[in-house]
Amino acid sequence: MLLIDCPFCGKRNESEFVYGGPAMPARPADPSALDDAHWVDHLTVPPNPMGPVEERWWHLRGCGSWLTIRRDTVTHAIAEVRHGG
Amino acid sequence: MAAEPGRLPEGGRIDRSRPLQFRFDGRAYTGFEGDTLASALLANRVRITARSFKYHRPRGVMGAGPEEPATLVELEGDLASGNRPATTVRLTDGLVARSVNAWPSASFDLGAVNQALARFIPAGFYYKTFKWPDWHLYEPSIRKAAGLAGAPRESSNDGYEARHAHTDLLIAGAGPAGLMAALVAGRAGARVMIVDEGAEAGGSLLNRRLSIGDQPAMGWVAAAVAELSAMDNVIHLQNATVWAYREHNLLMVHERSPENSSLSGRSWRVRAGQVITATGAIERMMVFEGNDRPGVMLASAVQAYVNRWAVRSGQRAAVFTNNDSVYAAAADMARAGIDVAAIIDSRDSVPDHARALVPGMEILAGHTVGKVHGRRGLRAVTVAGRRIDCDLLAVSGGWNPAVHLYSQSRSRIVWDERLASFVPGDAAQAVLAAGAANGAMTLGAALAEGAARALAAVAALGRAAAMPALPEAVDTPYTVAPLWTAPGAAAKSFLDVQNDVTVADIELALREGYSNIEHVKRYTTGGMGIDQGKTGNVNIIGAVAERQGKTPGEVGVTTFRPPYTPVDFGAIAGRRAGPVVLPYRHTPLTGWHKDHGAVMYEAGARWRRPGYYPRPGESFQDSVNREARTVREGVGIYDGSPLGKYEVKGRDAGRFLDWIYTNVMSSLTAGNGRYGLMLTDDGMILDDGVSFRLAEDRFLVSTSTGNADAVWQHMEKLLRIERPDWQVRITNVTSQWANATICGPKAREVLAAMGTDIDLAQGAFPFMAFRDGTVADLPTRVVRVSFTGELSFEVNVRPRDLPTLWEAAMEAGRSHGIAPIGSEANHVLRVEKGFLSLGHEVDGTVDPHDLGMGWVMSKKKPDFLGKRSVALRRSAGRPRRELVGIRPLDPDRQIPEGAPLTPGGRKEATEGFVTACVWSVVESRWVGLALLTDGRARIGGRAYVRLPDGIIEVALCPPVFHDPEGERLRS
Repeated sequence: MLLIDCPFCGKRNESEFVYGGPAMPARPADPSALDDAHWVDHLTVPPNPMGPVEERWWHLRGCGSWLTIRRDTVTHAIAEVRHGG
Repeated sequence: MAAEPGRLPEGGRIDRSRPLQFRFDGRAYTGFEGDTLASALLANRVRITARSFKYHRPRGVMGAGPEEPATLVELEGDLASGNRPATTVRLTDGLVARSVNAWPSASFDLGAVNQALARFIPAGFYYKTFKWPDWHLYEPSIRKAAGLAGAPRESSNDGYEARHAHTDLLIAGAGPAGLMAALVAGRAGARVMIVDEGAEAGGSLLNRRLSIGDQPAMGWVAAAVAELSAMDNVIHLQNATVWAYREHNLLMVHERSPENSSLSGRSWRVRAGQVITATGAIERMMVFEGNDRPGVMLASAVQAYVNRWAVRSGQRAAVFTNNDSVYAAAADMARAGIDVAAIIDSRDSVPDHARALVPGMEILAGHTVGKVHGRRGLRAVTVAGRRIDCDLLAVSGGWNPAVHLYSQSRSRIVWDERLASFVPGDAAQAVLAAGAANGAMTLGAALAEGAARALAAVAALGRAAAMPALPEAVDTPYTVAPLWTAPGAAAKSFLDVQNDVTVADIELALREGYSNIEHVKRYTTGGMGIDQGKTGNVNIIGAVAERQGKTPGEVGVTTFRPPYTPVDFGAIAGRRAGPVVLPYRHTPLTGWHKDHGAVMYEAGARWRRPGYYPRPGESFQDSVNREARTVREGVGIYDGSPLGKYEVKGRDAGRFLDWIYTNVMSSLTAGNGRYGLMLTDDGMILDDGVSFRLAEDRFLVSTSTGNADAVWQHMEKLLRIERPDWQVRITNVTSQWANATICGPKAREVLAAMGTDIDLAQGAFPFMAFRDGTVADLPTRVVRVSFTGELSFEVNVRPRDLPTLWEAAMEAGRSHGIAPIGSEANHVLRVEKGFLSLGHEVDGTVDPHDLGMGWVMSKKKPDFLGKRSVALRRSAGRPRRELVGIRPLDPDRQIPEGAPLTPGGRKEATEGFVTACVWSVVESRWVGLALLTDGRARIGGRAYVRLPDGIIEVALCPPVFHDPEGERLRS
């Protein structure tokens, strides 16, 4: 049960949040301009490090904001929480 | 009453004024308040208390606490629970227990035949032998023979509750280090929780004879407990185990005997600012041939039984060690009247401080136990050819700091050469280890470390604390020289006593190439019992290291996982059991549906909806057919309230919908709607539904019931993460609008008869439009959509108005034979029309073209979610599974939904599957839908459903069986 420091609500249990997946690179402005391999990479290669990773969390049962957090996958230590992407 | 034969005449922390009766494996025994089941069994000289997991070897009590690997019991009656180590079962009057893996009893066990087969059941035996045709064929009987206790038959969930707590400092363990830490932090004013698994505080001091200052150690413990209990800022729990260390200093505590007698357990979830693990150390087994024989026990356990429970575990003992700690134990044994024949020490030289504890006792330095004698219980051991008669062999393979919690916190565990064990390394959370749990193996060191760690924790909390004057404590120094496996250790040298894993099994695993310790563990199951290898894991690592020519540190340690000791499921659930876990969602009509005999279904997202409304004498199929016919021929009404509904508002709302739907929504005019498909960016269908334009900057998006939450999350995430600069806000109005959908050729007459100010004429109110107005004097929004293929009006109202609206419709429709219809009939109607259903035709692998819905993919928009991926996938030109209709050649043959289609019905890879099959009321036969490779090109041909009981030939047709032009729904 992570403890996520929501910028609006303070420290809240993970059970108030919905996991929104790892932070993927921003969607290309014009996907048709990408070659196939790059588009497939964009879609299917999420970051999966043993260490710090950025991920999205939705404070559904709180203020409703979308947060981006930087979490260490080994220790769960959360180094940063920010609003939005 | 005659005292138990193994009980000492005096001493021990038992209440001799309170004798207790209990039964074990059908026989009656006595014990005292303060006993555990194990101490009472030993007092009664019950030597065989268990049968082993795999070979059904006789086993006795080996430990004295949660480390016990051998004696697991099942409790009956009010206390019913399975797989409890007998050493952790507090004796109560009338307790009824039985051993778990023996029938009819541990002493006389029919499964013991497995012992003779032992050499045919090595590690991996079950995996290798029972794989053909299918493991699951054999699993039930294997589970029964090689087993643990079953779950209690009766639910005992009433007696549990959960508590949430926040504390500055949580201390796990109330031994010397934990108590000292609690005193220092408590005196400093910090909020402290000290939690200990034992029946009373003291930890190892309960089992040993030591002094602190000028008093017996337990006197110091009593004073410490009294001081803590006087502090308002301290919560002290005994009989409570910290069983999990989770993220961000969340700890799970299982309190077994709360003071409230109506509770059988309490689960605490504690968020702690700082944590000190003062969990002590656990003694290792010695590994030699026959080390599981009843009568072989951990030396610390034998010591605990004489000191704490006044029980002699045997009459004549030998001691086998590789370290100093047993010398004090041997002295205590001798003082209690156990005849200690010899101490066998595998080290060539025994330190003087150890020898000094046992003057006059024979010490065989540089020796190991070669052989044990006695089949059903120890009678003698052979050491260097000499037979030593004994009924008790107290062994100590060294001590492991109990690093379980520390490791669960994701903190590092490192090898300590001096202690020959793993000790806490760098912390990953706000956690400190103290005392024996940190490798401080003597009493003085434990007290000092407890105080020092508390000071550090309190300082980290921003408080000042004073270092107390430390009382004097004399203890024997601890040295050890590891002996991982004794010479000659092989197929009857148990590394993991609980799971029957021997040295030979480990060697087999290494020979077969399982060289990584994690693989050795999984292949042999070593350390995977419910004791989690507390006495054996490090021995396994040591044995592997020895055989690989590495150090145990290089071999590494397997992952420690919760729970530290078994936890009742009931305690984890607390009050959150049954329907409380995930409550059902109800529409305002649930009561009406039930009153009218509806069989209620769960219709996705926990909504309860009517499945069908059986009438007297009707079969299931009769009811569904009648309801479907009612809609096709007259008029029906259903409760469509659970559909997901979202208002999408703002300047960029149209632009947003154009991006997330495949077709264009921004061209809608106010008052009109359009069906659309929503794809994810990987080109797969996420949802379908109709969007309406309410005003220039306002849309209403409807979603399928089951997917409503997922679609909401999808939309919100896109907006907040990808397009934060777009002015769009989404409001979930699913529960703000309830609806009754009136459908069928007579729907217009019924709606008119209810009284409405809306012009219902076909030209004035076309299909896919909506109108705001009144119906039956209620404010409504009436929508012309159709999920049945018939003329249909979805009348949306405030939830509180739905029952009134519904009754008005039933009244107005009476003369037309209106009837409520359930989701079963809806399913029939949509299959006849070939309307897709999420979870049936759409399963996360299909795109719109596969469903024959290429028309929904806008060619005008340069980009929308999923466009690039659909184009990419289709550019590969590989055959796709496409939606077709099917008619079994035998019209009365039903096909199970999900049934596979194979080429020619042969036993080959499938070429598709049946997504739905219903009895069609328009064709009076079974019809279905299927996803079939290149299906559209094959329409007019045949396909074959392959089932275990036969092959069904089906004719392929377009996926619509009723009104292909859609004239009826537009009428």
